[in-house]
Amino acid sequence: MAMNPMEQFAIKPIVPLHIGGYDVSFTNQSLLMVIVAVAASAFLTLAMSKRSLVPSRSQSMAEMSYEFVANMIQTSTGEDGLRFFPFVFTLFIFVLCSNFFGMIPGSFTVTSQIAVTFALASLVILTVIVTGFAKHGIGFLKLFVPHAPLPLLFLLVPIEVISFLTRPISLSVRLFANMLAGHTMLAVFAGFVVLLGSAGGVLSILSIAPMALIVAIMLLELLVAFLQAYVFAILTCIYLNEALHLHDHH
Amino acid sequence: MEVAAAKMIGAGLACIALVGAGIGIGNVFGSYLSGALRNPGAAASQTTNLLLGFALCEATGLFGLVIALIILFT
Repeated sequence: MAMNPMEQFAIKPIVPLHIGGYDVSFTNQSLLMVIVAVAASAFLTLAMSKRSLVPSRSQSMAEMSYEFVANMIQTSTGEDGLRFFPFVFTLFIFVLCSNFFGMIPGSFTVTSQIAVTFALASLVILTVIVTGFAKHGIGFLKLFVPHAPLPLLFLLVPIEVISFLTRPISLSVRLFANMLAGHTMLAVFAGFVVLLGSAGGVLSILSIAPMALIVAIMLLELLVAFLQAYVFAILTCIYLNEALHLHDHH
Repeated sequence: MEVAAAKMIGAGLACIALVGAGIGIGNVFGSYLSGALRNPGAAASQTTNLLLGFALCEATGLFGLVIALIILFT
């Protein structure tokens, strides 16, 4: 029984739709994105609807996620970074919920699509560029000129420019590849279970071993799902910090 | 050589990227532990840097995966 571990990432249209030669179908990916957005906003709204001094379990979960992100922004960008709290919080919650919804067996991982992560990453970089130019004007270009002797600048300025330009790529590929690799690994081990289980005799009993391994990898993937959302958010904060304070805040 | 076979070999070779990622992640956590055991008071304040270093290291290995995918599917 041959199984393709990449099959789970296939995008299937649910409501086919073509406008002006473009395929804008409502797909399983769009469906999951809607579910994630609705579930996240519904949870945060419902949890905070009955505000009490002694928080209930759901209220304290919402408050903890708020404080977690607020602390993260404050420590990495300082007080004036808090203007970007809604942006970073939305990114963090969206990526976190997408990763966690993807962990439900049989569902679809939105963040395993490079299109989604690259859109998020380019949004971050565009925000950084717009913020930088709005705050410092043309002086934002000083970001590419570190404090160094003049001869070294000929080497350092191209490096700084290249490292700035590769940020959207590394930011998006990190999230996408982590999710892709994790889910592929789970599917490959699930294939072992099926192969061993259908072999018959002693081999069928042995299929418990890869099954146990899947449970362990699942736990690891839950950690990775949180960690990648955290890394995405904190890198956003670090890039925003550079746009706000250039080189003087390291 | 057949192009398909060469693609398979190339994709396999792209997995060598994991060597660097493995060394890097080992270094990040090893250095953190040795630092944290010398000065446990400062350990908690460095978890952000720890996770950041881990993620940056891990990404380099995953770029290898992306290159393997590009080789296989283009």
